Amino acid sequence: MKNICRNSLFSLASVATISACIFLFCLFFSVIANVRNIAGLAETTIGITVFFDEDMTEEEILALGDEISGRPEVREMNYISAAQAWENFKTEYFSGMEELAEGFADDNPLAASASYEIFLTDISSQDEMVSYLQGLDGVRKVNYSKDVAAGFSGFNRLAGLLSVAIIGILLAVSVFLISNTIHVAAAFRKTENQIMRLIGATNFMIRAPFVVEGTVLGLAGALIPLGVIYFLYRQAAAYAGEHFFPAAGGLGSILKLLPIEQIFPVMAAVSLALGVGIGFFVSFFTIRKHLKV
Amino acid sequence: MIEFSNVTKTYKAGNKAIRRLNIQIADGEFVFIVGRSGSGKSTLLKMLLKEVEPTSGCILVGGQNLQKMPKRAVPRYRRSLGMVFQDFRLLKDRNVYENIAFAQRVIGVPTRKIRENVPAMLQLVGLSAKYKFYPQQLSGGEQQRVAIARALINRPEVLLADEPTGNLDRQNADDIMWLLEQINAMGTTVIVVTHSQEIVDSMQKRVITMDKGMVVSDKRGGEIYEIQHAIVSGKE
Repeated sequence: MKNICRNSLFSLASVATISACIFLFCLFFSVIANVRNIAGLAETTIGITVFFDEDMTEEEILALGDEISGRPEVREMNYISAAQAWENFKTEYFSGMEELAEGFADDNPLAASASYEIFLTDISSQDEMVSYLQGLDGVRKVNYSKDVAAGFSGFNRLAGLLSVAIIGILLAVSVFLISNTIHVAAAFRKTENQIMRLIGATNFMIRAPFVVEGTVLGLAGALIPLGVIYFLYRQAAAYAGEHFFPAAGGLGSILKLLPIEQIFPVMAAVSLALGVGIGFFVSFFTIRKHLKV
Repeated sequence: MIEFSNVTKTYKAGNKAIRRLNIQIADGEFVFIVGRSGSGKSTLLKMLLKEVEPTSGCILVGGQNLQKMPKRAVPRYRRSLGMVFQDFRLLKDRNVYENIAFAQRVIGVPTRKIRENVPAMLQLVGLSAKYKFYPQQLSGGEQQRVAIARALINRPEVLLADEPTGNLDRQNADDIMWLLEQINAMGTTVIVVTHSQEIVDSMQKRVITMDKGMVVSDKRGGEIYEIQHAIVSGKE
């Protein structure tokens, strides 16, 4: 601790850079975790609907269904018969006004609307699946949400690349600053190290205080942003839950921030490993240059 | 026993610091090494500390051949030596007690043992009352006594002193030499490198005189003890 205080400016700069690096890591980690979560929810709730030609019999549709369900991209597939489709429609649109639907009693207006609702294992394979379905004989129409799939995959990739680039730059700056701090500390303690060497200290004994110093800087650089992120994320999740997502209507069930308790353990473990790891290894290798038997 | 056999040290720039040196120092001896600047005295001490390797020849300390000593064994070897410098080399941010205890901490002596050893050593060097003082609050002589206490706390077999009185007035210099004599009387081999002819004359100890990296005389108690090399200008 005495050494950290002795080079307080360098120590502060090192802690600040590691903190910035880990803060950004946490930020991107939260974004990616949430995008993945939303994409996962989208995969379970947003499906592809396939309608068939009007002259297809139910047997032919079921046979085609067997073929589609054999595809590896398909996680779940539900057959909605024309009667079921009408029932669903009535429930959704004639709720409270059932007498209006009675006019269609013996004439199902959705007679040619038997369909399959298909859910994929990975939403990024949606385009490929849609092309396959559109190429099938007897398929009249394929309904899907192109923007949602493209948006999730694209955003996921962009956030990933951006985070890797920024974290990479900050890591390099952290390594440089910690290395500098340890160099300055070693210069300050040149006499002490020389005396230690002459009275029989091993390299380990000379190196240990510097490695501890580097590790403490790394640990502080990890704990500070973790505390800040914990507080900010919790506030943001609560605020977004109250103000933004209810306005998203039906999408509200998908667009929800994960609770902090769900993402924090992994985020904290990686951040601490990153901070302590940088501090430990950089100081370990930096001080090597100052060691001499 | 410390033995230099045909030791030569040439630095990278081609400067020959030591030329075919042959010296034997028995256990428990008190030896002065004197000579002008650049005569090779400091290089001799550095070779004993294994800070500098000889270019050729053999150095034996307590039967150990220093050239054959693996690097990992060097710290343990150095613990058998104590070193005192002209500029004291005390840690300015630690008090007297901490400076002496530091030498024990470095080699992993338990705190309980340090608490017993340091006061005893402070008593030996006469600084018991000043254990809380910082180096800058002490006189040069007192600082050197702290340095001697630090060098002795790990009970080395050999004490090496490089110009220990170089920064001291005559009174303090005499006190330090008296202290070194007491330490020698307790069985520690003491090797003192000095410029001071007055000190050497007053002590009546063995005196090895070096010039241009060679021993030019080896006297004990004012008598010529042994002459190993004659000065041959321009030749070894």
